[in-house]
Amino acid sequence: MFWASHFLATLAVVLAWPAPIALSRAQWPSRSPFTAMILWQAIALAGGLSMIGAMLVWGLEPLGDNLLEALRGLWDVLVNNRPADTLGLMHVFALSAASLLTAHLVFTLLITYARITRQRRRHRNLLNLLSSPSHTNPSTVVIKHPTPVAYCLPGGARSVTVLSDGLMGLLSEDELQAVLVHERAHLSQRHHLLLWAFAAWRSALPWLPTSRLAQRAVNELIEMLADDEAVKQVDQETLVGAIAVVATGSHGPTIGGSKQTLPQGALEPDPEQDDEASLSTVHRLRRLLEPKRPLSPLQSFSALATSALLLMVPTVLLVAPGLFV
Amino acid sequence: MATLGELERTVMDLLWGTQEAMTANTLRDALALAPEGTAEGKDLAVTTVLTVLSRLEKKGLVERERDTRPHRYRAVTSREDHTAELMHEVLVTAPDREAVLARFIGSVSESEARTLRRLLGSN
Repeated sequence: MFWASHFLATLAVVLAWPAPIALSRAQWPSRSPFTAMILWQAIALAGGLSMIGAMLVWGLEPLGDNLLEALRGLWDVLVNNRPADTLGLMHVFALSAASLLTAHLVFTLLITYARITRQRRRHRNLLNLLSSPSHTNPSTVVIKHPTPVAYCLPGGARSVTVLSDGLMGLLSEDELQAVLVHERAHLSQRHHLLLWAFAAWRSALPWLPTSRLAQRAVNELIEMLADDEAVKQVDQETLVGAIAVVATGSHGPTIGGSKQTLPQGALEPDPEQDDEASLSTVHRLRRLLEPKRPLSPLQSFSALATSALLLMVPTVLLVAPGLFV
Repeated sequence: MATLGELERTVMDLLWGTQEAMTANTLRDALALAPEGTAEGKDLAVTTVLTVLSRLEKKGLVERERDTRPHRYRAVTSREDHTAELMHEVLVTAPDREAVLARFIGSVSESEARTLRRLLGSN
């Protein structure tokens, strides 16, 4: 089991740092956003699994030759007060760290879920009072506001797409359709679940390059996936037109005329955030204006196979010693 | 039968539309007058109106004047202020915002807007 813990630790380091950096710099994800999305999920899952696994396997090493036997040994030590002379201080430390990290990840996931749901509910309550249902489009509401803005608020059966009348005034019928298809793609492809998981991953381990890069990449990839859905129904120029209007038209802090201005600086995002959000718009526009062919089947297959391998390796390393020895 | 949510909307519309505080009775009468095309217009029990008002009070949208009997209700702040608050939530870039709601286009910085215009111009 000893070599397994070393291998898992190496994998954890690779997945926490060089692998996400390489993937975030790669050009191909914009050609096949779906494949890239799978790979990011595999990196995050396998990364977490190998972090926990490395410490677990290393800490359990004196207690047995494989995971099952060792866990049984641990049970004996903890519950049946069997002497634990083989278990050194470092092993106890590794085991505690493994369980703390597991608990931390699970709790962050739950807390993030609760926070997001609470914010959505509050937003929906207010929205219900301030918006009126669109006459022409189902599960779409219109809010009176001059800033051109469109967004979707996920919430199961109550998911809703919100348009401002400022936006409706600026866009043609087709462009509006493009925006609606784009937003509905977010909802139907359940992008909010990905956003939730990666937001939690980032708040759990904010200092790891992988969690920050993954969240940024996922935010960008879901927009590309929704764009791809939109160009299936409207032509590319229409979508580009819609993006152009919203991106350049909404520029500047014009939150609602003279009477309802925001406190100064309220719309100044911190520079890093700003870069992330707006670069993704440039990337989106560029891939629509200069479409590149998607990955070849072989390339896609290798990326997906890598994802599968990433998930299998830590799992097998955790379980396998009991199977083969 | 109108849902509570629709009633809340109509009541808020009435309160936003007037500057004055209204009693549940006045509100009920105004609701019975059927504002154009809404689900109301049917006679509602005053207790229903009171239920709606207390829900709105709990949500912090309505305040109650307790020094008179019957109590009078008024909107805490204007419709415009609430809309501004809502838009603020949508437009301000916060680390978690993307997870709460997905905007069609995120915030665009000045330099980014220039890049976008260049891209669009060259096409």
